[in-house]
Amino acid sequence: MNKLALYFEYPFVRYAMIVGVLIALCSSLLGVTLVLKRFSFIGDGLSHVAFGATAVAAAMRLTNNFLLVLPVTILCAILLLRTGQNAMIKGDAAIAMISVGTLAVGYLIMNVFSKSANISGDVCATLFGSTSILTLTATEVWLSAVLSVAVTAVFLVFYHKIFAVTFDEDFATATGIKAKLYNLILAVVIAVVIVIAMNLVGALLISALVIFPALSAMRAFKTFKAVTVCSVLISVSCAALGILISIVAGTPVGSTIVAVDIAGFFAFSAIGLITRRIN
Amino acid sequence: MPQLSCQNLTLGYEGKTIVSGLSFDINAGDYLCIVGENGSGKSTLMKTLLHLKTPASGQIVTGDGVKSNEIGYLPQQTAVQKDFPASVREVVRSGCLNRCGLRPFYSRQEKQLAEENMAKLGIFSLAKRCYRELSGGQQQRALLARALCATRKILLLDEPAAGLDPKATEEMYELIARLNGEGTTIVMISHDVAASVKYASHILHIGGGSALFFGPKSDYIRKNVSCGGGTYE
Repeated sequence: MNKLALYFEYPFVRYAMIVGVLIALCSSLLGVTLVLKRFSFIGDGLSHVAFGATAVAAAMRLTNNFLLVLPVTILCAILLLRTGQNAMIKGDAAIAMISVGTLAVGYLIMNVFSKSANISGDVCATLFGSTSILTLTATEVWLSAVLSVAVTAVFLVFYHKIFAVTFDEDFATATGIKAKLYNLILAVVIAVVIVIAMNLVGALLISALVIFPALSAMRAFKTFKAVTVCSVLISVSCAALGILISIVAGTPVGSTIVAVDIAGFFAFSAIGLITRRIN
Repeated sequence: MPQLSCQNLTLGYEGKTIVSGLSFDINAGDYLCIVGENGSGKSTLMKTLLHLKTPASGQIVTGDGVKSNEIGYLPQQTAVQKDFPASVREVVRSGCLNRCGLRPFYSRQEKQLAEENMAKLGIFSLAKRCYRELSGGQQQRALLARALCATRKILLLDEPAAGLDPKATEEMYELIARLNGEGTTIVMISHDVAASVKYASHILHIGGGSALFFGPKSDYIRKNVSCGGGTYE
């Protein structure tokens, strides 16, 4: 306990905690919709795009890589969600293609252009977010906070529309809901969340942050509202717990959070099974 | 003035024509059944009527106080809905969304409308139940209640009895007939020619790339009997 109190004296630990909880909140809000729309892997695909863009930004010596990474990721998110309906390359194949392609190109660029002596260390940090959450600056914390508030606000304002478009896109379109517009909004929001989340868990583990809370909540709850609220609670508490554990035990932040999420999934599966037995 | 009027419609996708030369009117209070073989273009026609697809040529005109987004729709079930966590109330209320405009939440009247439609279709007691755990007939009723929240004027139904057992099928058809009796225009796709002839006021029979028949039910029966048909009896 004393050790924790000591650690929280440091601003970077407090920053990590704030950003971690905010990211967990945003990613779980979208997770439910993404899982139900069969887009679980879009988080993976987009995070690799963000990885590629980060490599390019590093090679170009950009001081603030947000400026390049965010627009590129948003563009890819729009392309991927748009191809979902009718395209030459179908949804999952398009995601796989972009995901692997940008990962490879990103690594290539890092290798060719990087001046750093420890390339594999850099790559590991970007992919697994091992240290970057502890090197956040106050500006990055504010930026993450503002983006998180924006994401949450967009979700709340469009909550019912997102529900309708997820449940039955044809019906929504037929009755005059602009389903395409809401898909576009979703794509932009997902891209924003993923770019923020890269700082926390790294590119490879973002999918876990997006899908695990949603899947856990869906084991135990049966209405859209309950599943959404529950997945937010699960995600936030798993992230907070994961960060605490990683501070005390000295484990990598991203993978510790994901491990806690996995434990949460099994716990909720058990709860779901038990409640079904009782009924 | 008809509520929906199709003028010389040609339907198809990727340059292939499925059906051409479709012209028919749907008036207030009609009960139109669209029958035809699989692949004859029934579902494409319905999607075109809903503006989900654009016709290759020809046009669809709405009139008699119906706006193009005031058409209720009962789609076939999709794979996504089979494991979707949503209560019946959430599903039914989502039919009110086209009344909301930019307002993010449902008004009291819209909530009231959803409750009334659930009561009307006999699923009020299921309001808190999970949609995916209902029987096929109950799910169809929930989707029908949702469609009624979107409009009272005209409903398009895509095989409403698909996958239902005989009793639920019968109940579904009676329910649709009751809604039609209360003044809602019905346009229904069906495989079930016997039921179509029993309940419909008009029949549109498409096949072989064009409309084989459009007109009142009595003419359809006479035509088929004189051709030696009559398998629907």
